[in-house]
Amino acid sequence: MTAVVDPPVAPASGQAIELTGIGKRFPGVIANHDIDITIHSGTIHALVGENGAGKSTLMKILYGVQKPDDGTITVNGEQVTFSTPADAIAEGIGMVFQHFMLADNFTVLENVTLGAEKLHGIGDAARQEILSISEKYGFGLDPDELVETLGVGERQRVEILKVLYRGAKIIILDEPTAVLVPQEVDALFENLRQLKDQGHTLIFISHKLDEVLAIADDITVVRRGTTVASVKPSDVTSHQLAELMVGSELPSPSTEDSTVTDRVLLSVRGIDVQDAAGRPELTDISFDIHAGEILGIAGVEGNGQAELVETLIGMRHPISGSVRLRTSQHGDKDITGWSTRERREAGIGYIPEDRQRHGLLLDSPIWENRILGHQTRPPAVKGAWLDVRGARADSERIVEQYDVRTPGIDTTARALSGGNQQKFVVGREMSGEPILLMASHPTRGVDVGAQAQIWDHIKNARREGLAVLLISADLDELIGLSDSIRVLLRGRLVGDFDPRTVTPQQLGSAMTGAGDDA
Amino acid sequence: MSLVRRAAMGLAAPVLAFLVAGVVASVVLLISGDDVGAFWDVMFSMPKHRNIVSILNTSAVLYLSGVAAAIGFRMNLFNIGVEGQYQLAGLAAGAFAGEAWLPGPFNTVGAIVVAMITGALWAGIAGILRATRGVSEVISTIMLNAIAGSLIAYCILQIGVDTGNARNTKQIPEGARVGTIEVFGDSPTQLFGLSLLAIVVGIAFWVLLNRTRFGFDLRASGASETAAVASGVNVKRMVVIAMLMSGAVAGLVGLPVMFSDSFSYGSSFQTGLGFTGIAVALLGRNNPVGIAFGALVFAFLTEQATLLNILAGISPDIVKVTQGVILMAVVIAYEVVRRYRVRLEQASVAERLAESRPAPEQPKEPAT
Repeated sequence: MTAVVDPPVAPASGQAIELTGIGKRFPGVIANHDIDITIHSGTIHALVGENGAGKSTLMKILYGVQKPDDGTITVNGEQVTFSTPADAIAEGIGMVFQHFMLADNFTVLENVTLGAEKLHGIGDAARQEILSISEKYGFGLDPDELVETLGVGERQRVEILKVLYRGAKIIILDEPTAVLVPQEVDALFENLRQLKDQGHTLIFISHKLDEVLAIADDITVVRRGTTVASVKPSDVTSHQLAELMVGSELPSPSTEDSTVTDRVLLSVRGIDVQDAAGRPELTDISFDIHAGEILGIAGVEGNGQAELVETLIGMRHPISGSVRLRTSQHGDKDITGWSTRERREAGIGYIPEDRQRHGLLLDSPIWENRILGHQTRPPAVKGAWLDVRGARADSERIVEQYDVRTPGIDTTARALSGGNQQKFVVGREMSGEPILLMASHPTRGVDVGAQAQIWDHIKNARREGLAVLLISADLDELIGLSDSIRVLLRGRLVGDFDPRTVTPQQLGSAMTGAGDDA
Repeated sequence: MSLVRRAAMGLAAPVLAFLVAGVVASVVLLISGDDVGAFWDVMFSMPKHRNIVSILNTSAVLYLSGVAAAIGFRMNLFNIGVEGQYQLAGLAAGAFAGEAWLPGPFNTVGAIVVAMITGALWAGIAGILRATRGVSEVISTIMLNAIAGSLIAYCILQIGVDTGNARNTKQIPEGARVGTIEVFGDSPTQLFGLSLLAIVVGIAFWVLLNRTRFGFDLRASGASETAAVASGVNVKRMVVIAMLMSGAVAGLVGLPVMFSDSFSYGSSFQTGLGFTGIAVALLGRNNPVGIAFGALVFAFLTEQATLLNILAGISPDIVKVTQGVILMAVVIAYEVVRRYRVRLEQASVAERLAESRPAPEQPKEPAT
């Protein structure tokens, strides 16, 4: 490391962090209790647990965002107390958040130096430093590129670079793979291994057990606010690990008998979409979805998935091509020019990729969120009037059927954990008997228990004749749920696969345009 | 969260803001060497009956102005143009009623409609610019305020009549005037009839916002434009409609005084109500009940301020300072309370999660 100012590095085999008896209570709630974790220097330590199990609180304690009520934190053999994240950073602890904290209209350099101007200034010294870190760990980042032009994987590397730039030797990664596709995950793991080889200690929080088993040296399982097991990846299977997490049996997505009918429900022909500057985003997209069919769309993020979904829901308009939908009221209709509302009224459900931005009013109570997207349909609305009673009753139904963990339907959506927000959105979009469901990453960031529930709900609806467009970065999910899989590459549909025979590797090479088997 | 607790938290922010404002006002008075004790004596003195009536009349117009601003705020539209909208609407209504094209009460109703349409159209310009060209409504409404001022000056020259040394619109005929309501027998001032419009508008605003699909779309657009678009709201259309509605309500602001007291549009027409309305809407958190509270407070402070100079020899401008501080403090206090509420709620969700799973029962919260 040429120019980085190193904080004291722990001996390679010592304990980087030791948490003993950590407890944290909020008014009337115990978020953490009796947490004991030992993290060795120069290892990748995975922390697994369901949404709401207490991982986030624990990491906030370790990063100085919150103070523990009980217990001690020891970093590199010295007992410490953190009042603010600055204290944690001073001890060489850095955190990479799940939701990136980057200013889009700033360059990589500006984002990295923001708040750390004292280290190397904001000029050439900083640029040199960024380049040298980027080179050292194979990040491949250009300091002068605008963040808004970067892909998800690159943004994440900017976040990691930010903490390295601040001299972190212990890095907490909060669900770093949730937003990545397989190839990007491989690249991330490569980066993480390099970091480990250089003596960094990594704390890796994840739901994806296969990834945890692949990358971690030690695993700690958190359940209901406390640590329930510490295991070595060589000693457990992912199934055993999952059982430790949920404390019960767990399902996996498995294809069942086909329920595909011969009734074409959605027919897309020759769709072309351009961005504001006239660059093609989607080119000549054609496909059919039948009633009772799940069509999976695989692809590396940013290859047109979001544009495809937004075009089908009416938020974008194609410059050519047509979309036809067979609705119960109108029969087979050309809906190319329809508005979002008309499409929703016709029975298109939409589980957006970003539930917080597109699926929820975060500061409104749950029952008002039931109305969103259903503003013209019962039970939420009667004519021009809101049906408050109907909306409330149906929200109660969703909370119950979809196991949304909330004290009540008057709680604001913001207060729910991500998984519970997603369960509510899924429940809402499945309401009112949709004929077509567009599901973008329906189980992203959701714990295994909830994931299985969401899969079951989708499968049940398919049996009733629902057509589903499934977009997912989770290839197991795609293969397990879909009746057929198409691959989207640079705005074009390139491959057509049978999920019964395809392997994730084949899909992966089609997604990157590597293979000619597409 | 229990109802009591919710109400307590709703009140916490304004109470906090008033305390801070009181302290700041006292400090300012101390620095300027005024008599702080006398200031508080006057401010807290019980207003006389005629002052109470005057407070009610002022509250009514401030309320209308506040609601006009709040309609925009609810969908993140900063309509600074209430000022120009209500003045132009006042001129149009005064001119219309003065011509007496319609008999008696029809003339009154006609003038109200003309005022609303004028206000709506003037605000609609900003709405259309925003929806079609992306022009910030803050800029366009400020400019429209300036244009309205010149336009009014020009029109009054063209259509006005000389009354002594001022030019006014023609007098509204007797039959079209609106009577006053006696509140106290011993008060020489009475409640303007059209002040009751504030109650009508307040109820309509509440119903629209909380009970109609349109109101939901409006709130959704304000809370999260991206979520609103994904749910099927045509946000551009909502921008135009919200501006039209905001302008229509703004059009009513000048009417109570004109139809019960001045009987024409002219130099006596009160200005500045549009800007105060913005403050009132902020103080009331754009909530129909909250704005009423904000309007009463501002009207009370303004009325008491007129006594300061007479009774305590203190410049009434100190009250303007106090009002300003209240606003700043209340914005901060609301944010503090909001964060506290979010934390409390997250804690209560965590509590729910900590219960045994799989959840065997669904504890129901009392309906609000």
